[in-house]
Amino acid sequence: MLIPGLPEHRVVRFSLGLLLVIAVAAVVGPWMSPHDYTAVNFDALKRPPSAEHWFGTDDLGRDLFVRTMMGIRVTLIVAVVASLVSLVIGILYGAIAGLIGGRVDAVMMRLVDALFALPFVFFVILLVVVFDNNFYLVFLAIGVVNWLDMARIVRGQTLSLREREFVDAARLAGVGTPGLIVRHIAPNLIGVVIVYLTLSVPQVILMESFLSFLGLGVQEPQTSLGGLVDIGVSQLETASWILLIPAAALAVILMCFNFLGDGLRDALDARSRAS
Amino acid sequence: MSLLEVDGLSVVYGEKAVVDNLSFQLDRGESLGLVGESGAGKTQAALALMGLAHPAADVRGDIRFDGQTLTGLSERELNRVRATRIAMVFQDPLQALNPYVRVGDQLARILIEHRLADGRVARDRVIAMLERVGLAHPERQFSAFPHELSGGMRQRAMIAAALVTEPDVLIADEPTTALDVTVQAQILELLEALRDDTALLLITHDLGVVSGHCERTLVMSGGQKVEEGNTRSLFLSPSHPHTQAMVDAAPRLGAVPSPPRPRTEPVLRTSELDVDYGEHRAVQSAELTLLKGETLAIVGESGSGKSSLVRAVLGLLPASAGEVVFLGRRLGESVAERRGMTLVFQDPIASLNPQMRVRDSVAEPLRARGEADVKQRVIDMLQRVGLDERFLERYPHQLSGGQAQRVAIARAVITSPDVLVCDEAVAALDGRVRRQILELLSSLQAETGLSIVFISHDLATVEGFSHRVMVMHEGRVVEVADAAELFARPVHAQTRALLAAVPSPDPAA
Repeated sequence: MLIPGLPEHRVVRFSLGLLLVIAVAAVVGPWMSPHDYTAVNFDALKRPPSAEHWFGTDDLGRDLFVRTMMGIRVTLIVAVVASLVSLVIGILYGAIAGLIGGRVDAVMMRLVDALFALPFVFFVILLVVVFDNNFYLVFLAIGVVNWLDMARIVRGQTLSLREREFVDAARLAGVGTPGLIVRHIAPNLIGVVIVYLTLSVPQVILMESFLSFLGLGVQEPQTSLGGLVDIGVSQLETASWILLIPAAALAVILMCFNFLGDGLRDALDARSRAS
Repeated sequence: MSLLEVDGLSVVYGEKAVVDNLSFQLDRGESLGLVGESGAGKTQAALALMGLAHPAADVRGDIRFDGQTLTGLSERELNRVRATRIAMVFQDPLQALNPYVRVGDQLARILIEHRLADGRVARDRVIAMLERVGLAHPERQFSAFPHELSGGMRQRAMIAAALVTEPDVLIADEPTTALDVTVQAQILELLEALRDDTALLLITHDLGVVSGHCERTLVMSGGQKVEEGNTRSLFLSPSHPHTQAMVDAAPRLGAVPSPPRPRTEPVLRTSELDVDYGEHRAVQSAELTLLKGETLAIVGESGSGKSSLVRAVLGLLPASAGEVVFLGRRLGESVAERRGMTLVFQDPIASLNPQMRVRDSVAEPLRARGEADVKQRVIDMLQRVGLDERFLERYPHQLSGGQAQRVAIARAVITSPDVLVCDEAVAALDGRVRRQILELLSSLQAETGLSIVFISHDLATVEGFSHRVMVMHEGRVVEVADAAELFARPVHAQTRALLAAVPSPDPAA
């Protein structure tokens, strides 16, 4: 087991379990319901939760349970895919900069600084204007911003790893830079990276929700939790459940990821303390 | 009644007792040496005495200090006893000092915390103490930060911190292990001179340290006491085989004659080699010649430039001037030209990638040369260094220090290099393991005609193992001679100082 302390953390186990349940529900849920998430029904506008519509219906009479499950699907996919993309780019970029060092490092990290300085919302609006609305733009926009933190963290870790004796030993054995990164640097980054990943997933979820809330993200009839919250806000006074149910789902998912990240960090700390 | 009475002390982690039913007494003003190999439970016992055992440890037994039972005291009551009546000096003075607080303030803090003195009085007492531990310009050292002091000065400051409250018992845990031999001798003398009627519990793996400085000695092994008695008689006629083995394995000068130098051609030569760290010149026009099949020892204090010299030779550091000639070819800066030179480090665990199995670590140099079918060669090599197939799948943290160093040696020699550099390769190992590793290196050399550069701060380790010795001091090579000649007739003052500082495990000496 990678992290021996983990099973003892009850909050972590609970969060992990709850996330699994939510993910399974998001996949299976829409099949269990007779309703389609795009089907508009003008005979059932803004119905409160009932046996027919478990989570009620929205202002166009669409079944909110199915829409929430679809929203969770999209949100989780965006979160995981965008995080993985930023993970791969960030590790390679940071490890190369840290290991080679010198001028290469300086140029690469100044580029990161420049990208950090980009105003995020402005950047996304620009993308939408140029490429029109597109589901994949969300990945691109989040990916461009999110890997920067990862690259910085990985570079810092690499700087300290590169001074370790086993890296010198490998270098003397004739291992080149690619080999050093793949076999010696990257495997020793896993602990830090996993922790950072679970902490960055909620960030990505929030970013996606934020974009969708502004109407810049996932487009109708597709939906995400952020998009559902957006619709819900406008109906708050007459049909509060349209806001509260997706908002609650979003909050629970965010909390689970945060607890998971905290727990992983503690577990890894404990390991380093024990050894 | 003794000042400190330990009765049936056990420290248990889960099922494993790291200290098992240990009992001893310490009288006022007495000095007791607690010796054993690493893992014998010495430090665990000392930490338990201070109430500093790991929270996961189960501490049993009875500890009475000056009539008061320490086990079961609250943290606050313990704090009053600690530092004021029982003080401790740790192995690594840099880790025990807070890097962001001035040395003097840290010491004064102890007096203020325990309401022993305040303001100017505390300051004056600390300065007087710093002077007593032999720090020049104590007023200036008072406001120095830890990184501004050398290792020896820091350990003096730690001793000052321990003695400033005039404790009844001083526990010193490997107080000189991180220091040079010459500094070690000074620190040990200082401890002896300063403690007045403070009782001393000196914990060490080095019999030489105990024999000169402790009246009584207690030998531990596997958490248990194996023997206790008067230091002199214990070392002259050990009754337990474990003590006997430790005494035999202790490095001592003049025990084994050094082999004569082989009559061969040089494989490696440097001339006028300079190495700089920014403004600081670490190595100054070093001349080094290594013959085929010989062992050349490079000896000197830390900071004398021995590691910098070999790192420049290996291409791990850039040389600012001079040349390196290897097998008749002048080398540039790249590591790739240095196939045929390998390195074994001081800390074997740190030199192995923690995420890589033994199998892959040992095979790596072969794979880096593009050789595919390596498994059998790895197994053969492991057997050659005294390990076997069972170790193939292990990770570094599942190895002991000696096993890890064997793996590191296997990795270094699997490509049949011409030159093997050992940078303090046995300094972190216990006496017996140290000797086994040296024997392994000698036999590898006899088989393959390997040339070895062996860096050490300790002349006793080098004698009997190396053909020639080179002494470095402040970046310069001050003496090079055949080993037998150098030990018999040292010429340079630094060589004599290093020889004089070697602690002898024989109490008669």
